[in-house]
Amino acid sequence: MTIEIRNTIRFLLNDRLVELADVSPVQTLLDFLRIDRNLRGTKEGCAEGDCGACTVLVGRLLGGQLKYESINACIRFVGSLDGCHVVTVDALAQPSGPLHPVQQAMVDTHASQCGFCTPGFVMSLYGLWMENPKPSVQEIEKALQGNLCRCTGYAAIIRAAEAISSIGEVGKDPLVAERENIGRQLAALQDGRRVVIGKEAERFVLPANVDDFAAVLEADPKATIVAGSTDVGLWVTKFMRDIAPVVHISHLEELRRISVDIDGITLGAGVSYTEAYPVIAQHFPQMRELWDRIGGQQVRNMGTVGGNIANGSPIGDTPPALIALGASVMLRKGARRRTLPVEAFFIEYGKQDREPGEFVEAVRIPFLKEAARFAVYKVTKRLDEDISAVCGAFRVTLDGRGKIADAAIAFGGMAGTPKRASKVEAALKGADWTDATVETAVAAFAEDFTPLTDWRASAEYRMLVAKNLLRRFYLETQEAGRVRLDRAVAVAV
Amino acid sequence: MNVMQPIDRIRGGVHEKEKHESGHKHVSGTAEYIDDIPEPAGTLHAYLGLSARAHAEILSIDFAEVGASAGVVGILTADDIPGENDISPAHKHDDPVFATGKVEFHGQPIFAVIATSRDAARRAAAKVKIDYRDLPHVTDVKEAQAANYPLVIDPLKLERGDIDAGFAKAQNVVQGEMRIGGQDHFYLEGHISFAFPGEDDEVTVYASTQHPSETQHMVAQVLGVPSNAVTVNVRRMGGGFGGKETQANLFAAVAAVAARKYRRAVKIRPDRDDDMTATGKRHDFHVDYKIGFDDDGRIEAVDAVFAARCGFSADLSGPVTDRALFHADNCYFYPNVRLRSRPIKTNTVSNTAFRGFGGPQGMVGGERMIEDIAYTLGKDPLEIRKLNFYGGEGRNLTPYHQTVEDNIIGRIIEELELSADYATRREAVLAFNRENHVIKRGIALTPVKFGISFTKTEYNQAAALVHVYTDGSIHLNHGGTEMGQGLYTKVAQVVADEFQVDLDRIKVTATSTGKVPNTSATAASSGSDLNGMAAANAAQQIKARLVNFAAERYGISEADVAFEPNVVRIGSERISFPEFIKTAYTARVQLSAAGFYKTPKIHWNRSEGRGRPFYYYAYGASCSEVSVDTLTGEYQVDRTDIIHDVGKSLNPALDVGQVEGAFVQGMGWLTTEELWWDAKGRLRTHAPSTYKIPLASDRPRIFNVRLAEWSVNREETIRRSKAVGEPPFMLGISVLEAISMAAASVAGYRLPPRIDAPATPERVLMAIERLRGKAATETTR
Repeated sequence: MTIEIRNTIRFLLNDRLVELADVSPVQTLLDFLRIDRNLRGTKEGCAEGDCGACTVLVGRLLGGQLKYESINACIRFVGSLDGCHVVTVDALAQPSGPLHPVQQAMVDTHASQCGFCTPGFVMSLYGLWMENPKPSVQEIEKALQGNLCRCTGYAAIIRAAEAISSIGEVGKDPLVAERENIGRQLAALQDGRRVVIGKEAERFVLPANVDDFAAVLEADPKATIVAGSTDVGLWVTKFMRDIAPVVHISHLEELRRISVDIDGITLGAGVSYTEAYPVIAQHFPQMRELWDRIGGQQVRNMGTVGGNIANGSPIGDTPPALIALGASVMLRKGARRRTLPVEAFFIEYGKQDREPGEFVEAVRIPFLKEAARFAVYKVTKRLDEDISAVCGAFRVTLDGRGKIADAAIAFGGMAGTPKRASKVEAALKGADWTDATVETAVAAFAEDFTPLTDWRASAEYRMLVAKNLLRRFYLETQEAGRVRLDRAVAVAV
Repeated sequence: MNVMQPIDRIRGGVHEKEKHESGHKHVSGTAEYIDDIPEPAGTLHAYLGLSARAHAEILSIDFAEVGASAGVVGILTADDIPGENDISPAHKHDDPVFATGKVEFHGQPIFAVIATSRDAARRAAAKVKIDYRDLPHVTDVKEAQAANYPLVIDPLKLERGDIDAGFAKAQNVVQGEMRIGGQDHFYLEGHISFAFPGEDDEVTVYASTQHPSETQHMVAQVLGVPSNAVTVNVRRMGGGFGGKETQANLFAAVAAVAARKYRRAVKIRPDRDDDMTATGKRHDFHVDYKIGFDDDGRIEAVDAVFAARCGFSADLSGPVTDRALFHADNCYFYPNVRLRSRPIKTNTVSNTAFRGFGGPQGMVGGERMIEDIAYTLGKDPLEIRKLNFYGGEGRNLTPYHQTVEDNIIGRIIEELELSADYATRREAVLAFNRENHVIKRGIALTPVKFGISFTKTEYNQAAALVHVYTDGSIHLNHGGTEMGQGLYTKVAQVVADEFQVDLDRIKVTATSTGKVPNTSATAASSGSDLNGMAAANAAQQIKARLVNFAAERYGISEADVAFEPNVVRIGSERISFPEFIKTAYTARVQLSAAGFYKTPKIHWNRSEGRGRPFYYYAYGASCSEVSVDTLTGEYQVDRTDIIHDVGKSLNPALDVGQVEGAFVQGMGWLTTEELWWDAKGRLRTHAPSTYKIPLASDRPRIFNVRLAEWSVNREETIRRSKAVGEPPFMLGISVLEAISMAAASVAGYRLPPRIDAPATPERVLMAIERLRGKAATETTR
């Protein structure tokens, strides 16, 4: 099969078609907007996807449906926008016309003070309002997890979010009203070609499909694979690392598939946290809180489970849970595929079991057996949008007599990789599921882990919390009243 | 002459809930910040090269790869500074623009790269090779004291009564120590300056600064030119919080030096990580205290030392540590007291102003003492607080010998106890804690009294410039800067009120040293107090001329000329404001005035520790309830109720916004915002990924904020309002105290919980473990 090649990327920017032939693989959307296009409503606050001042909406098609999502322009590469619609704050209201309802609500409730974070809040709230015109306070908080404001204390912003629908109707919003038209324009941009921009080490590629991706990567095994760029973006903006050549994969529909069969869920490696949420929340309600606390909304809209595994963070948001659930990762190199348990993928700090030219194609999460109890706990300094000090996941299966038939326990933040607590598991297996067993087993944490002290937590705290999380898990199986804070965002599907 | 129908009142006058003057621009992305100003062709970009060591001699610097890097136009070091290589706001000559010979903290600027793009400058700066010889370093206050590090500036002592007699008389004496962490400002707009060279020795700098006059003077000093050659402009900042009071000077100076050298516009904007690494923060404190009290909990004597991590230079550490002592009493009368400051040098970035300016650290220290008394005696801390409030015969003198004359804390506390239903909820919390073993709750109601005025008396002056144009439109300019607090809106409301014209007749223009000279920093919560008065004065001067003109022209008495809503009444006739102005212009009346104001009554003798440093006090109180997970130390704020005193509010909507925002920022300081240095003296929490300010989901689930609407400033401030910027920051203390109560519950509320700040989940869990352990030991004994 011959693949046709295109040497430009094309996307809609507000009301215009942009076609670029000369663009760097590390060109961020934020710099492109501000410097190249002089669209200066979008601000830079941190350049690492944590403050949300650069929030814009990106509309993209999945299965013919156009959906707009908030993203961080500071860590999004322009190269990944092929076939997308980028909407910035500059386009929300005409210069002399009335403000957009989201903007008017913010003004009416005195929700801006210094105003620097405000365009980002406007865009996050716009993205929420389009999907959910009458959100609950929890839903608003969830949509704003990725937006920092240092002035207002947020109360007025929440009031604004609640007031939007009393000012305007979603149906009359231009993006909503024009959805079909824009969808057609975006569909017309999808020509099934491989996109190649630049030459040699300054090159980036958007493969035509997943087979093409496999071929491109085999031919160029040193290329940096970029899916959501929530991690790789920082390699560029913070570490100024040279990552070219780059292969973008976030546009590949095959990698964005979610399938559910009788035994479990298969998530394509390009499925974002947001896209995975409904199916995860339905089948693993125990993971809702964890999922809601991964990054902020923008990061969940961009970041992928596949990338979370592939990058091999020692903390990782999903790996401890995936390991405890017995999930596996499906790898592909050319036409050759192999599957291995997620835990086996992490070899040591900074080293994963991925050959040159190989990529993560999917993640397979088996359903829990009926007798299994499962929980995952993320412990952070700040409740939302924070990286775990410790993340512990527990799956314990009891036999008919109250003995522990099986135990799978995995932790992030306790070692150089997400890692199983095998000594603790061994101390549990075969014993009665009792307070005494748990108290004996916690001693084994010291054999499993030698955590580090850093700015997130001391070694001492990490070790104590690891033990206490097992205790919490036990208490939760005993229905011993409230043993967890109820504050965590867990929005019903 | 038209006959106008009188209207009731103008739109947007004082005491109205007027919207922020830039609100519509904020939301549409059209409010211009410095990075949004269009760059002229040929604009260059500067990027700082920072020290990679905490304390070291610089043996050699190899710029070869930097210079060869794409887009590089030049490199600036101390040798390129035409004037003085110093920007010390304390004039101590300890604050170089670029380090020479040695570096004194990790992140200290050594050089700047000038290139055709910011990206090119930044990439090039990273290519420098510097040979260092390491010297011993300290980052911690205690270590610095142990290593005999010097003080960066003279300490302060406040003393009154006889502490020896006080302690001898006290039935109980408790000693303790507390660590109070610092705080990064995390203004959303980082530091930035944009300099344009002019004719001769001139330069114009657009700087994100709270103190344009100081920036002007520092730029002039660094360039070696008189101040009249330098103009500093600032339309707005994307947040300041004190972080842009002195810290903007570095960036303005570098941009100005480069602009002069290359004769091109030069912009400098550090990346967030470099901004947080290279610029100062709130001071961390270590407080050693000894307190004597009777069995009821009444304080007899207090002896405390407040040692502060000042960093490598003086900066504002003198007045910051002074203000800590001024607020260590909070609302409490100390019959016998000695308070001493230790502004100690460390190998860290030089700490600086931050909302509250040392006051919060002093107050947290004072509240820790109250907490110790309460848990030592097994009483409700609120009872101890009320017992010790200023008030009553002989109980109104502060440790600095100022008499508290405007005390309203009693009424505020009483109202808050009722509206927050404190007593009932405290019982419910106690009951909940009896029944629950993992989740524990705490509730605390804490007061705030905050002194208003710069303690440096000369700063308590301000000026404004008002022009009325012939079309009746009004141009307002003053020395205050807009950083989001709504100062421009409030001062415009004052001017609208003076002239009795609708607010939209007034345009507030960017703060500029060329329009209003020798201004004070917009700091110490003083913005509207000072600039509002100065603007009112300017308007009054113009009005006086207009009245005089009208009386003469129409042959009536001056008393028969009045400014009524949008009209001027002359005798029995009314004429529209623009028409009246046009007439006055034709008659050659001067329609422009420079207004001035200086705060009356204040004086301060630092060496004696006596005087009246504050014109008045602002008061407030908050009540917070929290839930704490005793397995992990995580917590949540379930409810907060606040009553805060802003006198007669100039703008209740903006003031409520200040209170809500300050509370959440104060809560962040005391909970999740942690500055963490590693063994090499590197700050490792230098970006939002590692430094955690509150999110929307951290604000109290129930959050009731109201102003003490009955309050009227007893002093003659602008329209009897009170300052609002800093005082509500300390309302966040109620969250720390509530967490303390939840922790104390594991030891039956009989042991002082003593959680250091910030009370991160780790510190909370470790405190709980310690309390449990101690309680168990005591029971076995």
